[in-house]
Amino acid sequence: MSKPFRIARLIVVGTFLLARPGGGAVLPDDRADIFYSDYKGGGMDITGESVLVRKKFSENFSVEANYFIDKVSGASIDVLSNASPIKDERKQKSLSFDYIHDKTQYNFSYTDSAERDYTSNTLHFSLSQDMFGDLTTITLGFSDSRDKVGENDGGDGLPGHPAPNVVWLGHAESRSYQAGLSQIVTKSLITGVTLEVITDEGYLANPYRSIRYVDPTAALGYSLASQVYPNTHTSTAVEGRAKYFLPYRAAASVSYRYFSDTWGVRGNTVELGYTQPISNLWILEGRLRHYSQNHATFYSDLFPYADSQNFVARDQDLAAQSNNTIGFKATYAFLPDGWKIFKRGTASLDVSRIQFKYGDFRDNKDYNDTPAGGNYAPGNEPLYSFGATVYQIYLSMFF
Amino acid sequence: MSTASMSTLTKLGIIAAVMLQGACSIQPWVKPYERDRLADPIMSWDRDVISGAYLDHIYESREGSRGGTGAAGGGCGCN
Repeated sequence: MSKPFRIARLIVVGTFLLARPGGGAVLPDDRADIFYSDYKGGGMDITGESVLVRKKFSENFSVEANYFIDKVSGASIDVLSNASPIKDERKQKSLSFDYIHDKTQYNFSYTDSAERDYTSNTLHFSLSQDMFGDLTTITLGFSDSRDKVGENDGGDGLPGHPAPNVVWLGHAESRSYQAGLSQIVTKSLITGVTLEVITDEGYLANPYRSIRYVDPTAALGYSLASQVYPNTHTSTAVEGRAKYFLPYRAAASVSYRYFSDTWGVRGNTVELGYTQPISNLWILEGRLRHYSQNHATFYSDLFPYADSQNFVARDQDLAAQSNNTIGFKATYAFLPDGWKIFKRGTASLDVSRIQFKYGDFRDNKDYNDTPAGGNYAPGNEPLYSFGATVYQIYLSMFF
Repeated sequence: MSTASMSTLTKLGIIAAVMLQGACSIQPWVKPYERDRLADPIMSWDRDVISGAYLDHIYESREGSRGGTGAAGGGCGCN
């Protein structure tokens, strides 16, 4: 139903490439986190719950375990046009090991993700090397994912609903190669650059989405057909970023990412951030993000006729689009003197509002798919747009 | 192997040796005791890794772009 979050692997890579601003190979603090999130937008409601525990067993060896469960209800616009909304959930477990030897840090992790119609297993390895007086950190990483892709053409199995009927459609393999460099420039400025190349092979289409093509014999003026994707995909992303410590104890950050892939998508992402502590109890943060992309070469909102080309897609994420985010986060520090085994704790609330706009994905749900609609000829419906709100609440205890 | 290619190899070897020697002799222009600002938690790229990865996933589920953010991966949020 939904391609796995792979959050645990993201956490591992993110920790490695980003969370070491001071240089020097040091394992992060022991911590335990409880996390809750809620995403509402575009007809979907997704809640997520996560627990993470990280523990050092010596000065150079630590283990991290993470469990994540997310529950989806509702359905996005393009699923609504040819399927019923159902409930589903995904469970993900991961285990990660860090080892430091001299100025080199090694990481190995394994992630297992399972939902009714999609399974994924990921192995990740990376190493990170400090050099030039610990002003520079270079990181190299590799991930290998094996996925099994299915489609549930039954129900969600809840009381009164049809039983699930999953048809397994194929496999997909993904390999990711990462290289990162973090550089201390001055006493107040740190910069970084990350390059990532990802290659996929196998069943890459989303089975829950369909294309539409002009069909004068159909009552709606168009008919639906299955998407056909290439079975290979390679993408390259480069991101540069900088963070500056302001004279009055605050921080400002900027990042830019350029993305391109073999499906013809080119994307640009710009993000600005500002962090302001208040006394030693609060940290307030704000961020702005802008993203834009063109459409994939084989994407069309409405194809001229059936089988008009070899590869066809009408997946929202391959359409021309842009989105803007504004986000705020407040973190409160408590137990400054510690309690029992805990040295300190933090509680955080993060709220983000995202506005999505599409350049060539049209909203046909309320117009041509219902008898009451039909005021628009196929291909003339309003362009789709929607807003989403994301809440995150979490508690972190350091020990 | 020709004399010309030997000569090229020798030159490359000398250049590499000089560069390595130079790298070894680079002195950190920001001393360890001058990194208190950089060590401040507000200078961390991503203090809360679950949260950062979760937001990255939300974007990757709805955009064609993926990776490069230090939190690589895919996702589609198919429903």
